Amino acid sequence: MSVSGNNIRIGLYAAVAVCWVAAPFFLDNYQTDVLNNIAIYALLGLSLNIILGYGGMFHMGHAAFFAIGAYTTAIMNTSWGIPVLWLLPLSGITAGVFALVVARPIIHLRGDYLLIVTIGMVEIVRIALVNNIFGITGGPNGIFGIASPQVFGYPINGIVHPAHYFYLLTVFIAFTIAVFYLLEHSRYGRALKYLCSDSVAAEGSGIDTSGYKLSAFVIGAFWAGMVGNLYAGKITFISPESFSFWESVVMFMIVILGGAGSIPGVLLGAILIIGLPEFFQELQQYRLLIFGIALVAMMIFRPQGVLPPKPHTYPVDKIDEKEVAL
Amino acid sequence: MEQFFTQLTNGLAVGGIYALIALGYTMVYGVLKLINFAHGDLFTIGAYLGLTLLASLGLTGNVGTAGGIFFLVLMVMGLVGVIGILLDRAAYKPLRTSPRLSAVVSALGASIVFSNTIMLVYGPSPRVYPQGLLPTHVFYVFGLPVPIMRIIILATSLVLMIGLYLFIQKTRTGTAIRAAAIDQGAARLMGINVDRVIMLVFFIGPALGGAAGVMVGLHYGQINFTMGWIYGLKAFTAAILGGIGNIPGAMVGGLLLGVIESMGAAYISNAWKDAIAFFVLILILIIRPTGLLGERVAEKI
Amino acid sequence: MSLLRVENVVKFFGGLMAVGNVSFDVPEGCVYGLIGPNGAGKTTVFNLITGNYKLNKGNIVFKGENITGMLTPRVVALGIARTFQNIRLFSNMSVLENVLAGYHCRMKSGALAAMLRLPKQRAEERRAIGKAIAELRFVGLEAEAENLARNLSYGNQRLLEIARALASDPALIILDEPAGGMNEYETTALVDLIERIRARGITVMLIEHDMSLVMRACEYIVVLEHGKKIAEGSPEVIKADPKVIEAYLGSDDDEI
Repeated sequence: MSVSGNNIRIGLYAAVAVCWVAAPFFLDNYQTDVLNNIAIYALLGLSLNIILGYGGMFHMGHAAFFAIGAYTTAIMNTSWGIPVLWLLPLSGITAGVFALVVARPIIHLRGDYLLIVTIGMVEIVRIALVNNIFGITGGPNGIFGIASPQVFGYPINGIVHPAHYFYLLTVFIAFTIAVFYLLEHSRYGRALKYLCSDSVAAEGSGIDTSGYKLSAFVIGAFWAGMVGNLYAGKITFISPESFSFWESVVMFMIVILGGAGSIPGVLLGAILIIGLPEFFQELQQYRLLIFGIALVAMMIFRPQGVLPPKPHTYPVDKIDEKEVAL
Repeated sequence: MEQFFTQLTNGLAVGGIYALIALGYTMVYGVLKLINFAHGDLFTIGAYLGLTLLASLGLTGNVGTAGGIFFLVLMVMGLVGVIGILLDRAAYKPLRTSPRLSAVVSALGASIVFSNTIMLVYGPSPRVYPQGLLPTHVFYVFGLPVPIMRIIILATSLVLMIGLYLFIQKTRTGTAIRAAAIDQGAARLMGINVDRVIMLVFFIGPALGGAAGVMVGLHYGQINFTMGWIYGLKAFTAAILGGIGNIPGAMVGGLLLGVIESMGAAYISNAWKDAIAFFVLILILIIRPTGLLGERVAEKI
Repeated sequence: MSLLRVENVVKFFGGLMAVGNVSFDVPEGCVYGLIGPNGAGKTTVFNLITGNYKLNKGNIVFKGENITGMLTPRVVALGIARTFQNIRLFSNMSVLENVLAGYHCRMKSGALAAMLRLPKQRAEERRAIGKAIAELRFVGLEAEAENLARNLSYGNQRLLEIARALASDPALIILDEPAGGMNEYETTALVDLIERIRARGITVMLIEHDMSLVMRACEYIVVLEHGKKIAEGSPEVIKADPKVIEAYLGSDDDEI
């Protein structure tokens, strides 16, 4: 792509970012809350994108990691009163450790088998939550009374002031985009793309594919766990229903329809799948039907998604002649 | 002892249903190497169509209960089979040359379309099959009770499965299906119409799934629009357990899973009943992904 | 001194013996050929060396270290790189990125260094790009660096596979039918490339059907038939060996 094409693209992204940040000034509380939902799902989509987009692993149990993060926060906050945002890293870690344990034995499974096993995993987690495992998850009723997060002593209440929460989430999204962008364009991100493209060739080139697959699961889960923390702090009440298999399907659709392996694609996917139905309230009951048709149609006509990843250009011309060495 | 026996017969009856659904997964997988995620919803469609036909045609009144149900099952099988063929045409046929996982996503989309269409047509709340159509008689074998309904379900499943097995093993068409499952290209070169084989597979599998749907309706009385995915997942587990692509494997896997699940519910925990099948699924895929009756195949590099 | 020693290696696929008790020594710094009719087990031997298949019996020793049963990435890191018979490139990625894959095992930065954009990580990336360009120049594909791999011609895709393998700084490179699909002109250039690879101090092992290429490029040849070694020696010895002639005339795939 030419330089001016790139500039247009960057200009467009900047304009979208400005509109996003300014949006709460023009929206009511309900509408801002919709943006908050989009933000949560965008974050979940970005974290799933590491596994499904770059790594090409058909993982449909992402809601399990999200749930573990949310429950970690809920339990620690309601039992010991630890402030929600302090629990952000811990929520990520518990989800990441869980991923490490469950993903290790299933990581070598072929695409469609992995898909079905991860569905099994998310269902087992949901059933465990419903059955009040270890007596700490509150069973089918879930956990009430999670505190709102505080930033420098100011409470950020997602229910009363959705706009406050909006900016908390936006900061986290900006951070996530920056970090994942760097990750995508590094040795690590390339390794995931190699194994996604051809795992035998990747192994033959010296890439430890199972190690990378596992670490992608851990990073994706770690992030989903942190999103779980922000989600719990936002709605202050969580129950197993929020983490069903269908939540996983929605995250999966966001990545696949938006553009697997593409950060702008995933963000657009979240806007389309979570935001768009709000404009068509009268069609609410047809929502899933339309998504189902869209999935089939996309696979037939545009399998790479709405905004597929652009090939990365390397600064080949900025490399000095003396750096070109065997 | 009595509880054990009750759970065993219950498990075998449910297992027969799993096996019938599993056959659809395994046949499609055998020929196309595709997990037809929408198969569970075809089973649900069978249950709902059975309900509609039962209510509108008054079959049981005209030809007696047994005959009526026989015709009902046949009609549902035909209709669901046709829906299966249409599903293949719309969602899978355009993707034959795409990466396999595109077809899997398409299957997922089709599944969402089916379950939501059922919801929009029949409403979100569960529907109830007319009661008292089938005998509630209880047999005693060595003094242990066996409800006749369980025997009917198991017997019907077995008859359908054995019929399918003989069809696949003994007829020319069955040979063509087996040939296409081993190597589509070679089958084509030998003059086998592979497209017809695929169509046939997409008729038979869903037809059996539809029959299972009617049986669930008659036996349990209540059906709902989301039941397809849980039955579907369990039937898929059964297919994997027996060795996917393997027809006797699906039968064995189905019966075995039914028994494991009902024993687990009775002796371990009823609350974890649904999770048992998923544990079985995960364990079998980790330990022996080719299933009990499957063969190992070396990957070509 | 021998760089690679294959000792009494046996591999079964189900009941079929693909490789039966094959042994050979690859001396350091030579160009070593492995030939035989189709289905003789040549590629299987390569797959056993690189750890793609598990062997049933025998030993494989590389640089004095027993690498039997070692996982492929470890084998590559130790210094054995390979190309594939039916080209396996990362087809939707750029030519440059394909070569970077080979250099991967010589780099260190992980996910955290990338997320934090550490100076060390950036310097390493720069070095990697320089290395990749150098390898592309070596095989004559520098001008294609930013193209997608799948858009290259067949012959160039083979060269790209070689560049990717070379980028891992191997001591031994294993080429599986590198001339497959190449024309006469490209094959001649390939013989020259193989010589230049050897001049870098890299030992070359190759499977090839093009006998004129094998005879021109290799100093030592092992002949397999039905998974067994039937002859070995210099090209002159092989050409004259009656068992080899019979093996090739007996099958109608190839001519000598």
